[in-house]
Amino acid sequence: MRKIEIQCLRYHPVTDAAPRWQTYEVPFTDNMSVLQGLQHVKDHLDGSLTFRWSCRMAICGSCGVMVNGEPRLSCETFLRDLFPGPVRVEALNHFPIVRDLVIEQSDFLRKLESVKPYLIREEVPSGKTFLQTPRQMEDYYQYSKCINCLLCYAACPQYGLNDKFTGPAALALLHRYNADSRDAGKAERMELVNAEDGVWGCTLVGYCSEVCPKEVDPARAINQNKINSTKDYFLRFFKK
Amino acid sequence: MKTYTRPMGAWWTRNPYYLWYMLREASCVFITVYALILLVGLFRLSQGKAPYERWLEGLASPLSLLFHALALVLVLYHSWTWFKVMPKTLPFVRIGAWRVPDRAIVVTGVCAAVACTVLIVVLAATT
Amino acid sequence: MKRSNKPIFWSLFGAGGMLSALVGPGLIYVTGIAVPLGIMNQEALAYERVAALAHSGFGKLALFLVISLFLFHGCHRMYHCLHDFGIHVGPGLKAAFHGFAAAGSAAALYLLIAVGT
Repeated sequence: MRKIEIQCLRYHPVTDAAPRWQTYEVPFTDNMSVLQGLQHVKDHLDGSLTFRWSCRMAICGSCGVMVNGEPRLSCETFLRDLFPGPVRVEALNHFPIVRDLVIEQSDFLRKLESVKPYLIREEVPSGKTFLQTPRQMEDYYQYSKCINCLLCYAACPQYGLNDKFTGPAALALLHRYNADSRDAGKAERMELVNAEDGVWGCTLVGYCSEVCPKEVDPARAINQNKINSTKDYFLRFFKK
Repeated sequence: MKTYTRPMGAWWTRNPYYLWYMLREASCVFITVYALILLVGLFRLSQGKAPYERWLEGLASPLSLLFHALALVLVLYHSWTWFKVMPKTLPFVRIGAWRVPDRAIVVTGVCAAVACTVLIVVLAATT
Repeated sequence: MKRSNKPIFWSLFGAGGMLSALVGPGLIYVTGIAVPLGIMNQEALAYERVAALAHSGFGKLALFLVISLFLFHGCHRMYHCLHDFGIHVGPGLKAAFHGFAAAGSAAALYLLIAVGT
């Protein structure tokens, strides 16, 4: 069986002042993912290696890590593509490291709540269901596919430079609701859109959309709202 | 809970995608300087024929040629990235039920730029 | 949450970006390479010809838009570049960069009026 070198950025909050690299020789087969490589390390080489994972099929969003400097889902990244290596695995960029490959993500969870990610309506039709044409669904569907994996935040240098920036996934989710024909809450979300750390924190680097495993295209969601925010800015004097 | 925050440092050097982004951003320096060169030219024009022609001669200096060569490369890159990114700044464009693909928007933009370039060159060359 | 004033500067940035994307290559090529190197006849930028352009209403508008919008586009992006490099940018630097673009625009406006018709 072929072997590949996996280097992990280790960090223990109690014993370490700063993170350090540790190298492991991992035997692998062509169908093994980086996640399986990490699991081999944990099961056979070093039980202390700590990392998040769950579904193994790119739907839960748990296993995000940096692989050779790129934000990837470890379950969806294959060792055969990285051979001969070495494979450098690090916790997702722009987030504080809790331990080894595990990051502190509460900031993101707060931001997710802040965008009011639910349908807002005054009246709820009684007994009737909402009808939506395929075109109406097309307007928001891609933004609903987000699995909250945080690869886009790890990709976004503006978030890295300023963690007050609402960020790609949260703003994409905000747009998902604004663009849904069943929603009437755009006005309530505008304050966040219009803020310096809302859509205006984005400089369209575009890397977020490049790394998204679900093709959500957060860059598009954010930059469409720059026009909306501009319209809102200049036309507000004409509103009642 | 004690966590470790990694410094951003020279983040743009750590991924080729970021380097291309910085190159795109760097085009703005050349666009600004070019605008200033035009402004100076306008000033010289207002002063009269001799000052204006001295400004024209300055454009033929090696430094000016080097600057404009670099500026041309970077403004072309700016133009390309501008239209490449334009579909993301627009809401979905539809003709009836058909959604215009991003590719079509990019191609339209690039063609418009080519057309403008040809127009400018032709207008300039025909005295 | 305070409403950002970005829309003003972003609109100018966007207009300048679009204009420079469309006419930037052509203008830089003609004025900075083709004529100085003799690829294009020197007559293209002759004093009489450019003066006639600057005297015309269309010419004044075109020159003003090119100089002004290129400056606003460039200065806005340069300001953001500083932030990208990790330099702390506050309202002072913001005013300086956009003020510079405004000053350049004002100078262009003044000169275009001064050359008369």
